[in-house]
Amino acid sequence: MLEVKSLRKSYGSKVAVDGVSFTVGKGETIGLLGPNGAGKTTTVSMIAGLTRQDSGDVLIDGRRLQGDTDPVKRKIGLVPQDLALYDELSAGDNLQFFAALYDISGSKAKQVIAEALTLVGLADRAKDKVGTFSGGMKRRVNLAAALLHDPDILLLDEPTVGVDPQSRNAIFENLETLKARGKTLVYTTHYMEEAERLCDRLVVIDHGKVIAGDTLRGLYRLLPVTNILEIELDDASGLDLALLRELPNVTSAEISGSVLKAGVRDLSTGAPGILQWLTAQGRTYQHVVSERPSLETVFLSLTGRSLRDV
Amino acid sequence: MTTALKALVVKDLKLFFGDRRAVIMSFIAPIAIASFFGYIFGGNGGKTETSKIAILMVDQDHSKISNDIFAQLNKDKNLDTKAAGLEESRAAVKKGSAIVAIVIPPDFGKNAGNAFFSSANKPEVGVFYDPSHGAEQGMVQGILTGTIMQSVSKEMFSGQTGQVFIDDALKQVDTNSGLEAGDKSSLRTMLQGVQQWNQRTGTPNSGTGIAGNGGLTVPYQIKEEAVTARAGVQYNGFGHSFGGMGVQFILFMAIDAGIGVLLQRQRGLWKRFRAAPLSRTMLLGSRAISTTIISMIILLTMFAFARVVFGVRIEGSMAGFLSVCLAFSLMTATFGLLIAALGTTPEATRGLAIFVTLIMVMLGGAWVPSFIFPQWLRKVTVAVPTRWAIDGLDAMVWRGQGFNDAVAPVLVLLFSALVFGVLAVTRFKWEAEG
Ligand SMILES: Nc1ncnc2c1ncn2[C@@H]1O[C@H](COP(=O)(O)OP(=O)(O)O)[C@@H](O)[C@H]1O
Ligand SMILES: [Mg+2]
Repeated sequence: MLEVKSLRKSYGSKVAVDGVSFTVGKGETIGLLGPNGAGKTTTVSMIAGLTRQDSGDVLIDGRRLQGDTDPVKRKIGLVPQDLALYDELSAGDNLQFFAALYDISGSKAKQVIAEALTLVGLADRAKDKVGTFSGGMKRRVNLAAALLHDPDILLLDEPTVGVDPQSRNAIFENLETLKARGKTLVYTTHYMEEAERLCDRLVVIDHGKVIAGDTLRGLYRLLPVTNILEIELDDASGLDLALLRELPNVTSAEISGSVLKAGVRDLSTGAPGILQWLTAQGRTYQHVVSERPSLETVFLSLTGRSLRDV
Repeated sequence: MTTALKALVVKDLKLFFGDRRAVIMSFIAPIAIASFFGYIFGGNGGKTETSKIAILMVDQDHSKISNDIFAQLNKDKNLDTKAAGLEESRAAVKKGSAIVAIVIPPDFGKNAGNAFFSSANKPEVGVFYDPSHGAEQGMVQGILTGTIMQSVSKEMFSGQTGQVFIDDALKQVDTNSGLEAGDKSSLRTMLQGVQQWNQRTGTPNSGTGIAGNGGLTVPYQIKEEAVTARAGVQYNGFGHSFGGMGVQFILFMAIDAGIGVLLQRQRGLWKRFRAAPLSRTMLLGSRAISTTIISMIILLTMFAFARVVFGVRIEGSMAGFLSVCLAFSLMTATFGLLIAALGTTPEATRGLAIFVTLIMVMLGGAWVPSFIFPQWLRKVTVAVPTRWAIDGLDAMVWRGQGFNDAVAPVLVLLFSALVFGVLAVTRFKWEAEG
């Protein structure tokens, strides 16, 4: 469906995108995850044909874009990072205009506009000026504007930036609907939770380079730890942690207060061993929790930096 | 294809006419300013009065002749004459409240009479003038010469002092040994003739008893007719000012159109345009079309207003007028695109673009007509496209020229449009984020 091959782009001496490659299959959702300035927008711009790459290729259904008026562009729907709307016009007039850019007019336009507005839950606000909308509503119109020509591939560049949690949820539901309809989504974000919730596969980008590309499960496997087991002991004194660490698939063990924290590589083989060992030591416990490390940890372990403080 | 083009153009028009500030700046402001300029630069022909030149006269003579000079000057329709003292006059001219002051010295009447028949002892008439009003000073001197000539000669040929002078002159002729006998007798005959004429034309003692136009007068009268469209049509200052201000404010509108493109780029709208299967020519061309349409609407509205309110007619070729309007509108539209192409951020671009535009309209003659520019400036400004627009409009509106005289301005404007357009398309920063 969409193949990105060794894309490279520099602005002056600054290399914005440095050999990015990935493929997205039909109906798949891929997340481009990376901190601000990683090169996500530049990558998306090259896919949409807005920016010409210095080298590399973008193939859509095996075809390269040929010039500005290539009809292949109709297969792509772009949701820009900015709120690319006319505040002075109503939501309906905005969409009518954007539909016309794809040669859609008349009753056909009316129909697709109504469908798009219904999907994003703004059908009753079609006549209101976009300038009067909240940030979240604008984001939804911004999404609707990319759907009018019924593209197969949606390029979503941080579509939830700056919106309240409720609107973000609404947008997520919209995207899940689109996913269910078989659309291919390329979703860029610097929010881990979003990527975890929506994406089948993730491409982690930093400084213009792909540092990891895999399914969520695959990414977790890159980590030394897949789970942290927290066991609240009745009496934690005098426990020999060195012995504990020698158990199979246990990578770490530490005590804080009466809580034992043990890192395991594989929950199903690691956890029973720890619990049996504790019982054999005559220790009793009231509460056991297992926590998965977040993608945040994945990014941290891959780059040595936290996503958020970049 | 056409759906997209139409939508792009209609969107621009909707945004323009939906923007109150833009509409006020593009319609109300130029009409108001053009009305003002039109009024102060001559208004519509003879209907408004031209301002009189303020002059002062210092009469140190108080003779019959000097009184008559004052009366004559006072009657002149071009002058606003007041009597004043010497120092007061000097101060007034220095201050600028009077443009010229005339000083008639003591014994002027007597000396002028003497000098009238013999070239000796010509009395001096003092003139103070404001050096910044050279043209007016020349005009006042011309009027003054005629007036003095008339007043002095009238008195010589009919007045009381004339009798005395002629008697004196006759005596001088008799006693003058330098004259040849033949000349003496001829002169005597002439003076005696005047003496007899004076006695015959009735009461010599009262100058007023004689027909008011006694004395020598300038042997011609000026019949003024400003040469404009056709005989009887007078120069209409509004004709020029509406063209000039239209050009200026339409260029401002074009700057906004160009900056609108930069704003669209900054707001990411440009990305949507570029993501759609549309050519670059269409993206920029649609903007050129909408700007051209808006420009035509502004020009036609302004001249319609000028027609209804100030009676400005298109005295020349209507086809020529419309062609100049259209060519100028195209030039303006591509000028806007050029601003979009060369501009960086909207804020930084606006100031520079307005500066360039003001220079262009000033050199184009929008503020003051280019025909009052010095010769060298008139030659240099031929390179400024606005000069052709304004001259073209002038030619079609109040000079009443035919279509042929629209051809050169139209071609120059179209050529400028082409140059601007090509520069804009090739220099446009398609990938900039704005
Ligand atoms: N038009 C441009 N001109 C110059 N530098 C740019 C331009 N666009 C992006 N960059 C630079 O390229 C890098 C990647 O930017 P971007 O793709 O926008 O990152 P992201 O979307 O991941 O935040 C940044 O360092 C940015 O400053
Ligand atoms: Mg970005």
